[in-house]
Amino acid sequence: MKVTIDGIEIDVPKGTTILQAARMIGKKVAPPAMCYYSKLKTTGGYCRTCIVKVTKASAQNPNPIPKPVASCRTEVADGMEVQNFTSQEVIEARKGVVEFLLINHPLDCPICDQAGECKLQDLGYEHGSAKTRYEFKRREYEMIDIGDKIKLHMNRCILCYRCVKLCDQLTDKRVHGVIHRGDAAEISTYIKNVIDNDFSGNVIDVCPVGALTDRTFRFKQRVWFTKPVDAKRNCDKCSGKVRLWLKGEEVLRVTARMDEWGEVEDFICNACRFEKKRKSDWTIEGPSKIDRHSVISQNHYEHLNELKVKAMKQQKALGFMPFDKRP
Amino acid sequence: MGRKLLLAHENVPGIDRLDVYRAHGGYASVEKALKSMKPEDVVEEVKKSGLRGRGGAGFPTGLKWSFLAKPEGVPRYLVCNADESEPGTFKDRYLMEKIPHSLIEGMIVSSYALGSNTSYIYIRGEYFYVSRILEKAIQEAYEAGWLGKNILGTDYSLDLYVQVGAGAYICGEETALIESLEGKRGNPRIKPPFPAVAGLWGCPTVVNNVETIAAVAPIINMGGEEYAKIGIGKSTGTKLISASGHINKPGVYEIELGLPVEEFIYSDQYCGGIRNGKKLKAVVAGGSSVPILPADLILKTAKGEPRLMTYESLFDGGFQSGTMLGSGGFIVMDEDTSIVKNLWNFTRFYHHESCGQCSPCREGTGWMEKILHKFLEGTANLSDIDLLWDIQSKIEGKTICPLGDAAAWPVASAIRHFKQEFEEIAKSKKFKDVSHYERLHKPAMA
Amino acid sequence: MGAQIHGTLEFNAEKRKDIRFSEEALKEIEKIKSRYPQGKQKSALIPVLHIAQAENDGWLSPEVMDYVASLLNIQPIEVFEVASFYTMFNLKPVGKCVIEVCRTSSCWLLGAEDIIKYIEKKLGIKEGQTTPDGMFTLKTVECLGSCGTAPVMQVGASYHENLTFEKVDKILDKYRAEGRRRNYTDLDYENTK
Ligand SMILES: Cc1cc2nc3c(=O)[nH]c(=O)nc-3n(C[C@H](O)[C@H](O)[C@H](O)COP(=O)(O)O)c2cc1C
Ligand code: SF4
Ligand code: FES
Ligand code: FES
Repeated sequence: MKVTIDGIEIDVPKGTTILQAARMIGKKVAPPAMCYYSKLKTTGGYCRTCIVKVTKASAQNPNPIPKPVASCRTEVADGMEVQNFTSQEVIEARKGVVEFLLINHPLDCPICDQAGECKLQDLGYEHGSAKTRYEFKRREYEMIDIGDKIKLHMNRCILCYRCVKLCDQLTDKRVHGVIHRGDAAEISTYIKNVIDNDFSGNVIDVCPVGALTDRTFRFKQRVWFTKPVDAKRNCDKCSGKVRLWLKGEEVLRVTARMDEWGEVEDFICNACRFEKKRKSDWTIEGPSKIDRHSVISQNHYEHLNELKVKAMKQQKALGFMPFDKRP
Repeated sequence: MGRKLLLAHENVPGIDRLDVYRAHGGYASVEKALKSMKPEDVVEEVKKSGLRGRGGAGFPTGLKWSFLAKPEGVPRYLVCNADESEPGTFKDRYLMEKIPHSLIEGMIVSSYALGSNTSYIYIRGEYFYVSRILEKAIQEAYEAGWLGKNILGTDYSLDLYVQVGAGAYICGEETALIESLEGKRGNPRIKPPFPAVAGLWGCPTVVNNVETIAAVAPIINMGGEEYAKIGIGKSTGTKLISASGHINKPGVYEIELGLPVEEFIYSDQYCGGIRNGKKLKAVVAGGSSVPILPADLILKTAKGEPRLMTYESLFDGGFQSGTMLGSGGFIVMDEDTSIVKNLWNFTRFYHHESCGQCSPCREGTGWMEKILHKFLEGTANLSDIDLLWDIQSKIEGKTICPLGDAAAWPVASAIRHFKQEFEEIAKSKKFKDVSHYERLHKPAMA
Repeated sequence: MGAQIHGTLEFNAEKRKDIRFSEEALKEIEKIKSRYPQGKQKSALIPVLHIAQAENDGWLSPEVMDYVASLLNIQPIEVFEVASFYTMFNLKPVGKCVIEVCRTSSCWLLGAEDIIKYIEKKLGIKEGQTTPDGMFTLKTVECLGSCGTAPVMQVGASYHENLTFEKVDKILDKYRAEGRRRNYTDLDYENTK
């Protein structure tokens, strides 16, 4: 099936979504995706950041689809033509979506563990508008520990449903989910509970923001001060292929390896993630290849001062208030 | 004018009982369909009738039925949408409460047409007492052999169940309804796949409104072509209108499509004019989700033609100067009504009812409500009107289900037609309200 | 809907052990479960939660929801997710009569606001609160599908339409005199037009 995205044609198998087709073409046409996750089934459709305009539905039906579609959940048809970054309408609409995602976000990046590898931060920077027009009190929740491994900071959650689908698909007894509804919806265990089984730690990696974070991340460090390396061990539960985040000889944190779309390559087990915190537990394969565009890599190799300026610029772009001055 | 097909016997005492219903011609369509028609023939009659979905979208029912997938060995389901939660709409409740057998009769014929052997009526939880009325009627129908195994000695069997909801407007959206029926949160599904292919428990499913299904019985009795003669153009048959607000005679009226709006509002046969001799200010013609129109535009189109109660005439002028027939929830507002306050009320409703799955609806509805509340507090600025306009435009068309549109349209139309009301408040920083209840009833507040 | 609860509710395992619904309720639940194809018993969840609420003084405690999960062979979180989605389920204790006043469009146009204020004053409670004697809880709800007879309120299974202050007085006085709990599942509804 032939599909044209932003003027570039590609041949893809039947059943491919517009988003997948765009990713095959490459970064220059791929829409941002905050909720879709190719490694999990039935994800996508919620955040609406990946919306695109279909200017020609198919070879048989040359009419445009009147409303923008979620590219992650729309399959291509032969002869389909799609506009993403070439459509001003899409860019405007996406700006709206980004603003919606941010109006209740605490913008606490200066103290957030995820800063530097947060998909929402990247999204706001690349696709948002200069400042927020929201003047009301933001939604606030207490931060809680879901057991001794995972921290939930609901303020930051964008309700992408990835963590819920992950637990449905990788673990047998889901204990957390989405409760309440509308803008009162929250990720929660409802009763005091612990998310704990062999693969539950992966919720940390799939969470696009800093809502689910690793409590065992030692000496809380900005990610860009740590050095990522790919490492391996023989594990009977998972592939044992991980990324270690090192500071000198110390393993600060273990995550899955990420691909160029920020998705894990292989899900890893909790033993690898939470328990193997000595360098000697691992065979180091070499430095991680990190996408040059990502905030981590940019900042990682840059001088500290420059880094600060960047972070500040980014915050300004997002309409941040300094954390201590927030109402 | 004024033929009644659904409510013809509304005032017959005991019409909720099977024997009385039967004595007034009830269940004749079941006999006719099961004994003398093939399922395809029933679908064909419905197609010929031009019947359009009465739940809000007005999609041709026969066409919808013909989309139903029929894979070998997979059950198919018919689910009746009795969620009726669109503000201003109360016709389904009226019909089910008064003449429950008319829905059951329609369910049997429609299930037969679609090849469903188990059908469900999903009714909103607040209508719990109505579910009891339906259950009693279903029991009667089972006992008389209209439901169950081998109905009328044919090889067609049908089980019919009533399922109650628990308070969620969104469960009226057909895929949210299916989720809810499966015991889940009422989150609309991402489409495709459409229910006609993968609906209830993944099986092909048709969801139809109560009134749509009830209309199938008279269609089979009189024939699709006869039915299509009632009405105008593509708006065929009769429609139940729920009339409420500042009118002398609120209630449920069965009208022939094509009735002039002016006659509907002012004639004594229907709404009987505006209460207390007041003037008409605005109408929301099809349930809270459709655009509000000022008096002049609801009575006449922008071209100056009289507006009729049809799908087409009400939409004449598109979003600029038209509205929609929707669910037929006809809400009338008199000259003292604050459009701004009413809009805030609607927006609060959509904020409260958003399921929260997709970001534009989850975040945008609450944001609009908060801005509108500033108008009620007298703290809004002129720029807030532009902001509201911008937010609604960023919700519309960008959500998983049409609830986003339903939240955006009232805002857009109120600003379009009543901008000066917003401006006055923003300039004077004062909101003046007349409390209707006190004005109308003058009660002594303790 | 309750306030934000946020994953910190204590679950009382002792209380949970003692929960058992009446024979009548269990029979009804079995009947409901038989309406769905094999393996689709989760579909019974919402009707069963209505029964559970009626069995548990009008609200759903975490322990009762856990019990419901065991009846339908599903995970407790699936029950929490659903119960917290729908407004008719109370996640906190309520009074014997939950008064639900419609606050939407037509009712609003015809004085719902005043009815709400009047009840608040009469009972000395605010919306969302319960009277100290545990008799009444006041809730506001969205369109009840009774707009032609606005303003309207629902108590248990019963609809009270065309409300005036006098009518509210009469209805509430009657409920107080009878002193009994009203549930949505009641068979003896008594609508007033
Ligand atoms: C937010 C929302 C609420 C809806 N509520 C109802 C409802 O209460 N009753 C109804 O029949 N249809 C409702 N609908 C329309 C249904 O999705 C569906 O179109 C309808 O049940 C189809 O039946 P029909 O073709 O017979 O109208 C709603 C749609 C949306 C988007
Ligand atoms: S906690 Fe993270 S992964 Fe889970 S829904 Fe929220 S943003 Fe998505
Ligand atoms: S990534 Fe497609 S809607 Fe979120
Ligand atoms: S608006 Fe109150 S019942 Fe419809």
